[in-house]
Amino acid sequence: MDLQTMTYIVVGITFTVYIGIAIWARAGTTTEFYVAGGGIHPVANGMATAADWMSAASFISMAGLIAFYGYGGSVFLMGWTGGYVLLAMCLAPYLRKFGKFTVPEFIGDRFYSRTARIVAVICLIVASVTYVIGQMKGIGVAFSRFLEVDYTTGLLSGMGIVFIYAVLGGMKGITYTQIVQYCVLIFAYTIPAIFISLNLTGNPIPQLGLGSTMIGSETYLLDKLDQVVMELGFSEYTTQARLSTLNMFVYTMSLMIGTAGLPHVIIRFFTVPKVRDARTSAGWALVFITILYTTAPAVAAMARLNLIDTINQPESAETLVYAERPDWFKKWETTGLLKFEDKNGDGRIQYTSDKTTNEMVKVDRDIMVLANPEIAQLPNWVIALVAAGGLAAALSTAAGLLLAISSAISHDLLKGVFMPDISEKSELLASRIAMAGAIMFAGYLGLNPPDFAAGTVALAFGLAASSIFPVLMMGIFSKNVTKEGAIAGMIAGIGVTLLYVFQHKGIMFVASTSFLGDMPSNWFLGIEPNAFGAIGAVVNFVVAFGVSRVTKAPPKEIQDLVEHIRVPSGAGSAQAH
Amino acid sequence: MKENDSGSESAYWQTNIRLMLKLLCVWFTVSFVCGILLVDVLNQIQIGGYKLGFWFAQQGSMYSFVIIVFYYAKRMAALDREYNVDE
Repeated sequence: MDLQTMTYIVVGITFTVYIGIAIWARAGTTTEFYVAGGGIHPVANGMATAADWMSAASFISMAGLIAFYGYGGSVFLMGWTGGYVLLAMCLAPYLRKFGKFTVPEFIGDRFYSRTARIVAVICLIVASVTYVIGQMKGIGVAFSRFLEVDYTTGLLSGMGIVFIYAVLGGMKGITYTQIVQYCVLIFAYTIPAIFISLNLTGNPIPQLGLGSTMIGSETYLLDKLDQVVMELGFSEYTTQARLSTLNMFVYTMSLMIGTAGLPHVIIRFFTVPKVRDARTSAGWALVFITILYTTAPAVAAMARLNLIDTINQPESAETLVYAERPDWFKKWETTGLLKFEDKNGDGRIQYTSDKTTNEMVKVDRDIMVLANPEIAQLPNWVIALVAAGGLAAALSTAAGLLLAISSAISHDLLKGVFMPDISEKSELLASRIAMAGAIMFAGYLGLNPPDFAAGTVALAFGLAASSIFPVLMMGIFSKNVTKEGAIAGMIAGIGVTLLYVFQHKGIMFVASTSFLGDMPSNWFLGIEPNAFGAIGAVVNFVVAFGVSRVTKAPPKEIQDLVEHIRVPSGAGSAQAH
Repeated sequence: MKENDSGSESAYWQTNIRLMLKLLCVWFTVSFVCGILLVDVLNQIQIGGYKLGFWFAQQGSMYSFVIIVFYYAKRMAALDREYNVDE
């Protein structure tokens, strides 16, 4: 059976299963829809959270970025797992005790202010929309390869599917679908990794294979990779830092605290049965995420090595002849994400770090994970499985975020603030319109995304890190921060971050409107825009504490509320709002 | 809420904060210190094919995070019972 048919079949089967489970599980109560994970074991809840969490950025993009950034790619690995430590210890148990459903609700109540709630909603919408742009890039890559069309057509078809998927809606809230999605995703990620690790090192566990010797030789895989990339003039793989130590530090911090500030993850811990379960659920989610995240560095290193070996053919003296390029090469050329230009006219492919002689003029980082099993010449069913996994990751997270955005607009803003007596029907209509609007907006920006999928998602984390995380921390750990302090802090934090991002990446990421240009020489202390959220968070804390000192202390009942959320007893179940 | 005098609740909170800060130190050490700040120093040590600093950045830090979260959950469950604030 040819690859194309096989891919359609595997993708078709997985989607039928998701939809089937959604229909089967819907027979339950409507409360179940809202209280995702209520009464569900922490292990199952952790697995569902992991599926919710791992998006196109983790699945499609991250290992590709690590393959080219080498050691510098570690910021994504540490950043997107370390945040769970903060969640489990600093936020989840207390927000669970508070017992409401949304983050803006907590902020509105703790800071006794409707304005604070509105500001929080707006911050969440800005961060979530940016997040969706990143997903759109991943969806565009996956669909263009899957349908064998160019990137733009792939993205447009993907947008249509996302819309249908998100409007079906309920699917998102159903934990069982997400558990199945996790299984598809993790199989799709680890099976090719196991195959490739076996081929290269003889060790079936990729995490160990990465530290082993190459098969039939005494050289360690990482040493071999270092040597090969340096021969081509690239930096040494295992020590190549991302710009500077300071930038890596800030980047990692920004992703960590952004993880702890993004609403679609926090929300999962609001609804576990007990405060104690909030702590263990975070642990289980992290276990399931770590399985993929510790495999990713092996995928990255092995993909880079295989790519270079395919082109440079170590067993012969000459590099690959363009006319004899493998099938995967041609297919990715169709998408426009891989480009070759025969600069010296010898009909062979030269791949070097030197821009004037390098003939691989475009290797989009986001194609690496999807191309990896083909480059390694794995069986067709493995390649098809990877396509299904990538689509599952991208679609589930995009749909979830779109639901979050549309409910923030229709429920929190329209019903909560501007039109309190809006009918349920109009509210639903408004949410559909908001969703369609968000898809088109994010899709349009996804045509020219500000960065690779994982980089764009990192920007979203920066925005959440600079606005939401600090106020949540202050709301729980300080009784003295006032409403004026919180509002000023959020506005200052996200304001500084947005200003920095827009001046380098363009207003709303339209590159032509960037007035400082996206170049290291213009960066503050050499910190790239993707990493700036941590600086925004510091600004947020400083402004909030400063303003709180000069404004009237929070009323007694708010101080009691803070005391109340700090102890687990008497939590009861989460209440509908 | 159960009958607790505020003294015992504040002792519970203090113990929680102390545990949290200790674990945050570990969190910071395995990622930011071993994986970023001291990576070049640790890279002098080689374990199998891994340079140690590189290993912390791409493997070790993540395993440590898992252990930290479960350790915290276990200690807090015990603490909840000790101070009689569990559900």
